[in-house]
Amino acid sequence: MTQPVLQLTDLHYRWPGREGFALSVPGFSVVAGESVLLLGESGSGKSTLLSLICGTVKADRGLVQVVGQDLAALSGSGRDRFRAEQIGVIFQQFNLLPFGSVADNILLPLRFAPARRKRAGVVKDTARALCQALGLPDALFQAKAGMLSVGQQQRVAVARALIGQPPLIIADEPTSALDANSQAAFLDLLFRQSEAQKSALLMVSHDPRLGERFDRVVDLSDVAGITRGAA
Amino acid sequence: MIFRLALASLRARALTVGMTMLAIALSVALFLGVEKVRTGAKASFADTISGTSLIVGARSGSVQLLLYSVFRIGNATNNVTWESYQDIAARPEVDWIVPISLGDSHRQFRVMGTIVGFFEHYKYRRGRSLEMAQGVVMDDLFDAVIGADVAATLGYSVDDPIVVAHGLASFTEHEDQPFRVAGILERTGTPVDRTVIVSLEAIEAIHVDWGNGAKTQGQSTPIDEIRQMDLEPGAVTAALIGVKSPLQTFALQRAINEYRQEPLLAILPGVALQELWGIVGIAETALLAVSAMVVVTALIGMMATLFSSLSERRREMAIFRAMGATPVTVLSLLVLEAMVTAAVGAVLGLGLLYLGLVVAQPVVDAAFGLWLPIEAPGLRDMLVLLAVVLAGAIVSLIPAMRAYRISLADGMMVKT
Repeated sequence: MTQPVLQLTDLHYRWPGREGFALSVPGFSVVAGESVLLLGESGSGKSTLLSLICGTVKADRGLVQVVGQDLAALSGSGRDRFRAEQIGVIFQQFNLLPFGSVADNILLPLRFAPARRKRAGVVKDTARALCQALGLPDALFQAKAGMLSVGQQQRVAVARALIGQPPLIIADEPTSALDANSQAAFLDLLFRQSEAQKSALLMVSHDPRLGERFDRVVDLSDVAGITRGAA
Repeated sequence: MIFRLALASLRARALTVGMTMLAIALSVALFLGVEKVRTGAKASFADTISGTSLIVGARSGSVQLLLYSVFRIGNATNNVTWESYQDIAARPEVDWIVPISLGDSHRQFRVMGTIVGFFEHYKYRRGRSLEMAQGVVMDDLFDAVIGADVAATLGYSVDDPIVVAHGLASFTEHEDQPFRVAGILERTGTPVDRTVIVSLEAIEAIHVDWGNGAKTQGQSTPIDEIRQMDLEPGAVTAALIGVKSPLQTFALQRAINEYRQEPLLAILPGVALQELWGIVGIAETALLAVSAMVVVTALIGMMATLFSSLSERRREMAIFRAMGATPVTVLSLLVLEAMVTAAVGAVLGLGLLYLGLVVAQPVVDAAFGLWLPIEAPGLRDMLVLLAVVLAGAIVSLIPAMRAYRISLADGMMVKT
């Protein structure tokens, strides 16, 4: 029996300032090394769910546990630090600081996560190796991130999420800015690398065609209930 | 790395950041420049007369005596009789004494009667002596030495004749006895520049045929006859005194102030200058306050720029947050940026100041007789620069607090 890297129990969250608008998750978990696709349209509460998992938003009730740690038990800055240590995040697009170099962008989370930095070994070499594995030309390593193509930027974001082997990778529609061919290639790389370092992958998307590669495909509406209006 | 990213972020917004830095630089240069001019003016002012221990005149106020004897502003209420002058000159403490006699003018410039010793003993700007630009010190009865401003304004050169008027702004000129320009002095930045200097005897000579402020009708003594006359003055306006030992200054001052035969006043030029500066200095403080306001304005400009950059940087802040940065880190990034901007602006301003000084120093010296020393920045300048950086940090706290709130609310997702 593998230990869950993510465990949501009886989670309840009410959007501030919006009466009667609430999200509740009775139970959901991701085990170590597992890859899960959460299918959901925009407006189905996925951003909020991801924020709850990452600890930038606090639940009103219930439990969010990442690698066994109850996030509610941590302080605000403690959650920030914990996120830096345990979770790699990939956004839809605009993942990178355009004025920073590729290397700076990849190493940024390590700045806030000393343990993860230690795991990464010689950080520059590790970052370089990751770039190579993701098919990024070595010449780009010191280039300004803003100069890269969208596809290259997304791969840099993958390298940044993977560095230091966080147990959980969260990806929010990482392929939506890419064309169909690049999508497949991108997912190949993402899967290969997260499997190689045994990180669990939780991806959110509206596109069911991506599902076949994942261990599990879950519809967001089966996991999270949204209450609207009528208070 | 955070610092490097902050710098890279600044570089990415080079144009707006550069403009902000320029505004801060200009304001800092202005502030330090005003400060320089202020201290320069104060020093130049205090250096108007040096090497003189005491100034003696008829009893009035010390500032008034200083104004008419040194700055040639206003008039003496009374004179010092020649007897009193001789009494003081004979005292053992007196090393040298130079009488000055005022009351006549040439065009808009004052005429001062004195002795050759004036050129030897009058010192300015920490012991500098008067130098001749052209010609020589007067040696004939009707010779005059003119200051640099007089020569420049009236276009005089050596050997030109000049006519002295009785009283000030008077139309009655002493036409009978035209003077000759014997020499022109180098510019000093002191009232000497605006003075026509003649001998004490010459002042008497031009008044030979005058009595009670008007020309005696039908009387015109030939110049040859005047030259034969005893031209010892009856009175002088004031006298500059040097004592043998500085320790004797106060004793001599007391002795003169308690002189029984005539009410006299002896003042220490330095003390009176300071007293006068206390009056003039208010304007200088106002000027400094205005330039401080300019610095504040530039910093507020920076604050506005920071504010307007916040909305376009929400993505950047969200990325930092997703990577595990706390809202406090986001806040300190902004403050750090503001401090770097202010520091670069301040140092640039210092550079502008020195550039300005190098260019302006000879011009200002020639035009206003104001000497602005070019020295390494002092502790005061450094404190000003430090204050600008700290003020920049404090001012940036307001937009930074807003960034803090935004990044707390946004988390890693930019809400649109």
